[in-house]
Amino acid sequence: MATKVHMEALSPTMEEGQVVKWHKAEGDSVSHGEVLADIETDKATMELVARGKGILRRILTAEGQSAPVGEVIAVIGQEGEDIGALVGAGAAPKQAAPEQAGEEPREEEAEEARPPATANGGRVKASPLARRLAAEAGLELSRLQGSGPGGRIVKRDVEEAAERAPAPARVGVPAPGAPTEKDYEEIPLSQMRKTIARRLAESIGPVPHYFLTIDLDMDRARQARARINALLDERGEKISMNDLIIRAVAGALRQHPAVNSAWHGDRIRRWRRVHVGVAVAVEEGLITPVIRDADRKGVAEIASEVRELAGRARAKKLKPEEYTGATFSVSNLGMFGIHEFTAVINPPEAGSLAVGQVEEHPVVMNGQVVVRPRMWATMSCDHRVIDGATGARFLQTLKAMLEEPAAILL
Amino acid sequence: MAELTYREALNQALTEEMERDGAVFLMGEEVAQYQGAYKVSKGLLEKFGYRRVLDTPISELGFAGLGVGAALVGLRPVIEFMTFNFAFLALDQLTNTAAKWRYMSGGQFKVPIVFRGPNGPALQVAAQHSHACETYYSHAPGLKVVAPATPADAKGLLKSAIRDEDPVIVLEGELLYNMKGEVPENGEHVVPIGKADVKREGTDLSIVTHGPALHLALQAAAELEKDGVSVEVVDLRSLRPLDAETILASVKKTNRAIYLEQGWPFGGIGAQVASIIQEEAFDWLDAPVLRVTQADVPMPYAKNLELTAKPSLERTLRACERVLYRNGRAGR
Repeated sequence: MATKVHMEALSPTMEEGQVVKWHKAEGDSVSHGEVLADIETDKATMELVARGKGILRRILTAEGQSAPVGEVIAVIGQEGEDIGALVGAGAAPKQAAPEQAGEEPREEEAEEARPPATANGGRVKASPLARRLAAEAGLELSRLQGSGPGGRIVKRDVEEAAERAPAPARVGVPAPGAPTEKDYEEIPLSQMRKTIARRLAESIGPVPHYFLTIDLDMDRARQARARINALLDERGEKISMNDLIIRAVAGALRQHPAVNSAWHGDRIRRWRRVHVGVAVAVEEGLITPVIRDADRKGVAEIASEVRELAGRARAKKLKPEEYTGATFSVSNLGMFGIHEFTAVINPPEAGSLAVGQVEEHPVVMNGQVVVRPRMWATMSCDHRVIDGATGARFLQTLKAMLEEPAAILL
Repeated sequence: MAELTYREALNQALTEEMERDGAVFLMGEEVAQYQGAYKVSKGLLEKFGYRRVLDTPISELGFAGLGVGAALVGLRPVIEFMTFNFAFLALDQLTNTAAKWRYMSGGQFKVPIVFRGPNGPALQVAAQHSHACETYYSHAPGLKVVAPATPADAKGLLKSAIRDEDPVIVLEGELLYNMKGEVPENGEHVVPIGKADVKREGTDLSIVTHGPALHLALQAAAELEKDGVSVEVVDLRSLRPLDAETILASVKKTNRAIYLEQGWPFGGIGAQVASIIQEEAFDWLDAPVLRVTQADVPMPYAKNLELTAKPSLERTLRACERVLYRNGRAGR
């Protein structure tokens, strides 16, 4: 007898759950207590286990889709058993990605007629070459149809799938704006780098932070901002000091690619593009919209983008690609009168700059105590990626740019 | 290039090597006066005389041992077995003496000897005279084994075998002796032992083979070409040492292989090659390695049964289609 698989309440307060991953594919055999799927609840990702045994006949909620607690998300039954009553008329699986258009119906039928590669006992049958090619193409074998004997997935099946249907079968399909290989360069890890990473992670958590603080004379930056705003006045626009800082940070990142990098476990990913995340406080927390290619934008363009993104951030209207993919972040609490603070790195970024307010401060210049507009900035560094001297050199460049904003134009 | 028969090519190799080196001599049943059961030694007695072309009694163990002794004291004997079916009697001298002396004497002795003759089934000579013996000799470390399939390789490999400092088994083919082919004329034509030869280049499937089965492989390749399938044919030529590099390069290119041989499947050369392929090129395989061999039975005498037992074009094509997955889909 067939068994319905319900979305279960996997946390006390859970109202709906999102299927993160199906551990079984349609056609796989399932036994009592086996993990069927990973479900993201309001608190954590939990395992959903089977309450019946047989064959996983139908998946009704695809990966990436959510279902309210109690809804039937799959059906377990016997081979050949009529499960029509359980899945209901027209209960086509909700697809995470839209069906591709333009597929000829006849082709679809042919696909159906082919045995799924998992029909026998849950193991995906595939030639060694097909396994390797699928792994290289990022294709999940369990979603492919095998054309070889007994449904074996062979080279041609993988090649066809890679050509024909990148969307539903591909795992980790790049979202719009997601990085592709041309966006970065990968740096293999030296033994020293591995040791630094391991030791420091043991010491202070998975992202071993340390902090570098510098203070900057903001007199010329202030003047530059005023002059720029005078020019923008007729367009009814203006820039903030933070916009200028973002532009200077982007320029400094361009000069210090080692800082514009990310830890990737067995290697360091050095980004070829500079995307600066800008922390924006919103009602229930904060979010960091991303100014893409900030090093290639004018400060007025950055200003209008920040304003637009921050506005939509507060209205909770940001799309995921607008708040992911930063290569470095800037957080500014100057408007709250904060003198100096430290920011927590937003992984996988390797650095974050915490900026305080510009304030009048007595400093010694040419042997005289004078009052200057000063600003304190603290950079949080992921020590696995950025060593002290590397971070310090980046800050020197940033300081030079803000103390003489003409340097940004160099 | 001259067009020679396989038999003439072997004869040339013997003549040239005997002219080149006075230590080389030929010994076997009916090699002298009768000029060889298959006429490989035609003209040699006349040319080199009874001291260097010797008829022996019908005593394989005896003259094989005589040859090993001669090699140990500095001569370079070429021992002809009328066929390798009769050489079982001499197996002790080959595998237990010739193959072991260099090793057991710590290199103080060497055994530069060649044992040659036709190997493998011919036509209707029944179970006792249809053996493909390559596995027996390839099994034993200490022997080199070559199986030329063309006149050019026959000449080049026999010359290399005679010059080699170790015992070499040269497996000829009874049905090949009349086969004609181009043989390089000018200068030295020597084929290195241990080097396979891609007899036909292709991209879709590798047929790996040795000895007379090469010609069946080439026939199958030509047949499949009509269907648009590009078959690569790898002729091992040497079974010991085995050129794994060439086999693997081919399989990595085509992603599928079959082994075609005249012998039995159990513990055959194909079994060894399939093992190497799965160990070294697993991630390049799109299909299991299949073998086309003689049926696992004593060779029947009846003509229809013999043809059924031997590897055929039809069986070869069927195996090719299986690894190409051509039956799974209509119209492909």
